[in-house]
Amino acid sequence: MAHSENIDPETIYKTDALIAEDIDAYLETHQHKTMLRFITCGSVDDGKSTLIGRLLYDSKMIFEDQLASLEADSKKVGTQGQEIDFALLVDGLAAEREQGITIDVAYRFFATEKRKFIVADTPGHEQYTRNMVTGASTADLAVILIDARQGILTQTRRHSYLAHLIGIKHLVVAVNKMDLVGYDQAVYDDIIADYTAFAKEIGIEAFTPMPISGLAGDNITSKSDNTPWYKGPALVEHLENVEVMVTANQARPLRMAVQWVNRPNLDFRGFSGQISGGTVKPGDPVRILPSGKTSTVKRIVTFDGDLDEAVAGQSVTLTLADEIDCSRGDVIAAVDAPPQVADQFETTIVWMDESELLPGRSYWMKIGTQFVSATVQPPKYQVNVNNMEQLAAKTLELNGIGVAEIATDRSIIFEPYAENRDLGGFILIDKISNATVAAGMLHFCLRRSQNVHWQDVDIDRAAHALQKRQEPRVVWFTGLSGSGKSTIANMVEKRLHALGKHSFLLDGDNVRHGLNKDLGFTDADRVENIRRIGEVAKLMADAGLIVLTAFISPFRAERQLVRSMLPEGEFIEIFVDTPLAVAEERDVKGLYKKARAGELKNFTGIDSDYEVPENAEMRIDTTKMSPEEAAEIIVDKIVGSWSYTI
Amino acid sequence: MSLTHLQRLESEAIHIMREVAAEAAKPVMLYSVGKDSAVMLHLAKKAFFPSPPPFPLLHVDTTWKFQEMYKLREKSAEDAGMELLVHQNPEAKERGINPFDHGGLHTDMWKTEGLKQALDEHGFDAAFGGARRDEEKSRAKERIFSFRSANHRWDPKNQRPELWKLYNTKKAKDETIRVFPLSNWTELDIWQYIHLENIEIVPLYFSARRPTVERDGMLLMVDDDRFRFEEGEQPVERSIRFRTLGCYPLTGAVESEATTLPQIIQEMLLTTTSERQGRAIDHDQAASMEKKKQEGYF
Repeated sequence: MAHSENIDPETIYKTDALIAEDIDAYLETHQHKTMLRFITCGSVDDGKSTLIGRLLYDSKMIFEDQLASLEADSKKVGTQGQEIDFALLVDGLAAEREQGITIDVAYRFFATEKRKFIVADTPGHEQYTRNMVTGASTADLAVILIDARQGILTQTRRHSYLAHLIGIKHLVVAVNKMDLVGYDQAVYDDIIADYTAFAKEIGIEAFTPMPISGLAGDNITSKSDNTPWYKGPALVEHLENVEVMVTANQARPLRMAVQWVNRPNLDFRGFSGQISGGTVKPGDPVRILPSGKTSTVKRIVTFDGDLDEAVAGQSVTLTLADEIDCSRGDVIAAVDAPPQVADQFETTIVWMDESELLPGRSYWMKIGTQFVSATVQPPKYQVNVNNMEQLAAKTLELNGIGVAEIATDRSIIFEPYAENRDLGGFILIDKISNATVAAGMLHFCLRRSQNVHWQDVDIDRAAHALQKRQEPRVVWFTGLSGSGKSTIANMVEKRLHALGKHSFLLDGDNVRHGLNKDLGFTDADRVENIRRIGEVAKLMADAGLIVLTAFISPFRAERQLVRSMLPEGEFIEIFVDTPLAVAEERDVKGLYKKARAGELKNFTGIDSDYEVPENAEMRIDTTKMSPEEAAEIIVDKIVGSWSYTI
Repeated sequence: MSLTHLQRLESEAIHIMREVAAEAAKPVMLYSVGKDSAVMLHLAKKAFFPSPPPFPLLHVDTTWKFQEMYKLREKSAEDAGMELLVHQNPEAKERGINPFDHGGLHTDMWKTEGLKQALDEHGFDAAFGGARRDEEKSRAKERIFSFRSANHRWDPKNQRPELWKLYNTKKAKDETIRVFPLSNWTELDIWQYIHLENIEIVPLYFSARRPTVERDGMLLMVDDDRFRFEEGEQPVERSIRFRTLGCYPLTGAVESEATTLPQIIQEMLLTTTSERQGRAIDHDQAASMEKKKQEGYF
């Protein structure tokens, strides 16, 4: 391409004169540098990698050996002919280098006289949403690149929406490749006018526009003579002067999530954490959440001696004047402006996993230093990131963004994301695969979560059980359709009844006729089906009953969910193990035949998975024993495990 | 009050270390005695003060490190009040694997295999490492919390998204995490921090007259009598120092007169090559580090 350039080593290594003349003076200025994190957004041809390469190059971050390997690489796989291809400098992994695409988030570093910069570089293809949200989550500023020849594209809208969604306050709209449109002010003005209208539409309050050329270096480190009509700052100058988030957060009320309780001996008890908002001094009154207890800060302890003051962004250890219960997950806050505590929220969720969101399933949620279980309601709507349209949705797939309610299994300390990223941003983790499946932002808590309280009752579950002279159990039969669950469960109940036990059998088909008649057989509906049955079984166990359930319940996660609802030892999982071929051979209800014919969708074992139990209390091999034999050993297991006799 | 970039990097590293201490079952800090390890150890002392860091130090030893490194290793652990574990791969020892005869196998057996053995033997589930993203291209994309399968492999295409400062530490039994608290530091940050905080480092980083041999364009130091001279080679006294430290027969020195930290920083800023050039390990092929990491090299 005509506008590539040769690299002259003289200009690259022309370093700050002070380094050679007076290194101590140089170090003195450089140890006072601040730090800004930003993200560059652009699609494949917007010149994003070239811009980053240019920033590294201009700040002397490219060494001779790197340049040599860059030259070799450029000739081998570069897209700039025999010239240096800056993009190769920032495209890392071997696989993606060969394919010519970047596949992930990469972080680059450069520094100027005033600041150190960390750039999050994210690729511009279909995985974009996940990667950009990840890169943006730690950014103070976003540079949105627009190709001057193309104007605003779908991608431009998408990048701007995502940057705004993640709450980035400083947006730079850089109209790139100005050299290719002859530095024409009219072209630039038209694009900025279009962008201004669009920004208003999606609620972006302010942005900084600038005309640049990453390749030719216009308005990057200094103002370009090619754009005399442009009155604003050069990109680097702007990056050097923007206020960073961590400084802005110091004006907010004190927040410190406790990470670790520091207890070297009986005389010292400190609470270690990173301050995420406000400032703190010894003597300041504080409130500990969620207990709400108050105390005052005694010392701010660090390795370098006690501090007179600590501010947002610092990692410190606080000691308190009073002996107060405080542990990991708690938040130390300003006494008169504490964060809220709740267990139901409206949130925006960005789904990041190949397997879709299952509403009703229990996921781990990490927020601040708190770890809880959380379930997501079906989304209220999904957002089309290309045009910001709100679409109806039952779930979210990879890179899907939606608004949904979330309920946590216990109350958590939070702040709206817009006010505090550390107490408003969360991740969801799959309990089986341990993958980070989603990122989310809490907006507000739902009023009902603060108004529904547990009703204290005098006749508790122990009293119910004692009256029936038995211990409650939930005996959970799981297995393929036609494996014999209902048959065996029915026999078990008859025997229990004969022994004078109080029991109840919840059967799949019967429940689906009533309580769960609104549910189908998609994965999401199966999860909700089991969740409801689990809740019903739990209430019955509270009433002192021995509950028998016979449901396919194909997913480990839901069986685990029900297990976790009950006291240790009350949940007995029985895996009725019948090979698919045998169950299909029996086909009592003729369902396999229909499924094979394609008349029944999502049939377990045919086109929907069954996850075999790993830690079932019992496994019944129906090819080796009769239902009667099975019922007998199960009853032994239930009744035999009681500590007292009838 | 604006925090400086070093204050923020320090605070981030401390936050990361505390998360691991709170959530991992059995963490360990890998300690190679180099400058990055020195900074990491210093940060660990800060993170948990007044307690000592709640994990041991582990040195995966190749028996071919510089003598001065071994000296500082013992002293540093003692100063920090931490237990020091040293692992030497018994198989490599028995087979006499060395950098002169075995080339790449030396690194593979002593370091890669040695590390896996040590982690398995002690059952460590999280290991701090001093790697930085600016060191090498494939590092730039690695997470701060980087997961390894039960057989210690890294899958670059299957990394967890890392958002805000929320680190997902959940893992299956036998999986392990490598944690890199210095991910966002650059070589200059490391030197500036050592200077500001007055951190003790191996004297080999400072220039002195030392016996050397020039071989294949690299200056090697004759550190002990195991050094094998090739025909016609004679040790020559040169004023040298090291920008990076590893096994002495594999680590190239630079000629230098820098005897103070400001002088070292000055040289570094005026130099025209990156620090990894001194390491033989990176030159095999363009993506060699990535390949080694997939196989379990730190």
